[in-house]
Amino acid sequence: MRSRDIRRSIIISIVSIVLSGASGWAQSSDPSPSPGPVVQTPPTPSPTPTPSPAPPEAPPPEPPPTEVPPGAAGAGGPSGPLPVYGNVGASKVFNPDIAVIGDFLGAIGKNDSERATPSLELHEAETSFQAIVDPYARADFFLTFSNDEVGVEEGFVTFTSLPGNFLVKVGKMRASFGKVNQMHNHVMPWTDRPIVTDNLVGGEDGIDDAGISLSRLFPNELLFLEATAEVYRGESNIFRAPERGDLTWVGRLRGYRDLTESTNLDFGGSFAQGHNDVAGPGFKTRLFGADIAFRYRPLRRAIYRRLILRTELMWSRKELEAGPVKAFGAYVSGEYQFAQRWFAGVRLDRSDRADDAALVDKGASVLLTYWPSEFSQIRGQYRHTRYAEDIKANELLFQVQFSIGAHGAHTF
Amino acid sequence: MRVRSAVVVLGAALALAVTGTLWAAGPLNVITTTEDLAAIAREVGGDKVKVESLSRGYQDPHFVEAKPSFVLKLNKADLLIAVGRELEIGWLPPLVTQSRNSKIQLGGDGYLDASLTARILEVPTGQITRAMGDVHPLGNPHYWLDPENGKRIAKEIEAKLSALDRANAAYFAQREEDFEKRLSAAEKGWQATMAPYKGTKVVTYHRSWPNFAERFGLEVIGYVEPRPGIPPSPSHTFDVIQEMKRQNVKIILVEPYFDLKTPNSIGRETGAKVLEMPPSVGGEKEVTDYFKLFDYDVKLLVDAIKQTRSS
Repeated sequence: MRSRDIRRSIIISIVSIVLSGASGWAQSSDPSPSPGPVVQTPPTPSPTPTPSPAPPEAPPPEPPPTEVPPGAAGAGGPSGPLPVYGNVGASKVFNPDIAVIGDFLGAIGKNDSERATPSLELHEAETSFQAIVDPYARADFFLTFSNDEVGVEEGFVTFTSLPGNFLVKVGKMRASFGKVNQMHNHVMPWTDRPIVTDNLVGGEDGIDDAGISLSRLFPNELLFLEATAEVYRGESNIFRAPERGDLTWVGRLRGYRDLTESTNLDFGGSFAQGHNDVAGPGFKTRLFGADIAFRYRPLRRAIYRRLILRTELMWSRKELEAGPVKAFGAYVSGEYQFAQRWFAGVRLDRSDRADDAALVDKGASVLLTYWPSEFSQIRGQYRHTRYAEDIKANELLFQVQFSIGAHGAHTF
Repeated sequence: MRVRSAVVVLGAALALAVTGTLWAAGPLNVITTTEDLAAIAREVGGDKVKVESLSRGYQDPHFVEAKPSFVLKLNKADLLIAVGRELEIGWLPPLVTQSRNSKIQLGGDGYLDASLTARILEVPTGQITRAMGDVHPLGNPHYWLDPENGKRIAKEIEAKLSALDRANAAYFAQREEDFEKRLSAAEKGWQATMAPYKGTKVVTYHRSWPNFAERFGLEVIGYVEPRPGIPPSPSHTFDVIQEMKRQNVKIILVEPYFDLKTPNSIGRETGAKVLEMPPSVGGEKEVTDYFKLFDYDVKLLVDAIKQTRSS
């Protein structure tokens, strides 16, 4: 009897609470935040606090502002409209910057080597998602779609607020070995990658692996000096990790100095070591790299003129069953912008092969690039290659690149 | 054993970093993206701040290279002041990421977007696409070319400096007030000089001048660029020449970082005067502060208008 009374009173009070709550809800806001497509709110609340031209008729329907009643509990805290969570428009504000870059390649001419590229191909569609994660980090994802394969070219978080001048990246990354290994296809000054990259550093994908990168800036008056140490799982184009302990280690020291306001020198030394693709324990590959670039870009005419001269030298020591093979390769290249939309370039290549240093590939290219705008680019490259097997190839390679969306700016 | 030594090393590094920031006293280290912001920051901050700009006034602020030497400057900054409205989107974000300076990260205490209270023009409405060229979705970022916005920028900077250095808040407030007074007086002079030429029609190279034109009564009827960031094309140049002839436009304004070839040929066809007019402090040698920027530009304009009217 008693217990029934209690139960009844509980039921009554619950019902009354629900009812009063519902009525209160109904009163407080007509466009209730109910799930479902009742979106009368404007698509995006414009983030610009500007004196917008007054609309001719009634003010636009604003997302229902949820006010903190004055004098309510917690008064003295934030008052005024609170963010409306789950609002379709507001949630878009936090979407990452998304961009897609198409890289279309073509080739004309004879190439009987194994490295011949197709006549026409959408070589790669790179999709990028980039945003700030929280007050301490940002994230960058680059997904590539090429030849019906999808891959994570890079996907990493960067911790930007660490003490001691450290910067830490965690995820899958292009390793900081030299210059070309860190470049995405669309920022390359050529349609292809240098021969030394193909022969010694694993080609287009290169050393691109899951790992942790720690880099420190050494501030001083003389020059920009940055040291980077990275450890990777050990699975990339030239490294293999049959055991968990077969990690790839990468180190880089980079210096930079302004010579004048329009010229500067950028130089670095790199190191990489890991277990190579020979089956069995203990077979290692060790790489050393040196790179130097000279840039000229007059500030007053920055959009019309620039010159970049660069070279990378690489030494590989690969342990095979028959003993270690020492190989060397390098490229030298120059690009000159001679008009707002036009660039001319040249590149010389020479590289031993990592498995047999007696096999040497050589090449020479001249390039012409045209930019219809910042967001598209048309490029032609005449390439002469003499492969080690005594195969000669003369090719005309061409490329059309196009970018849509918001692609984050690149590091220097 | 190994773990312990790692902990010790990390602890030492942390301690070093913390003490390092504690020791850093003295004037606030302010880095701005442009020389205009640097000039205003100097007016407000006086000798309690050390101000340096990353870009030069004769440089196109859209296309600054993200040089590693800028990383060094940002590394030591207590405050980074940016023009905002995506003017620096092509170069500033990677520099800030690499700066290893938590203060100046987006949303940090040491980051100031100077545009927040400024009067921004040309905010696009409706659908925008890149078919319109390099449009700025958040409005025209050349807003500092209106002295009224100069005052608003100064107020923002004053508030930020006071928050970072409370001990000198009164000093900053007094300097800001003084700057505002002097600017108001100077603005009256510029307005008076320009008043007889209100409504003068001009063509500009890039869309750098809407705020300036609004304040000083110029009417911009066209641009040498067919669309923002797209180089001049023959057909567009022809249209501009026809329109200038029709409306009898005698002035072409060119920012110092653009090629004069097309403006000069338009000038020859139409008899218009081509003026290399600096949109920023530092754009010309004698333009060394925010006041001299308007002094220079107003004088240049008025002299040219007088010449074209008398001839």
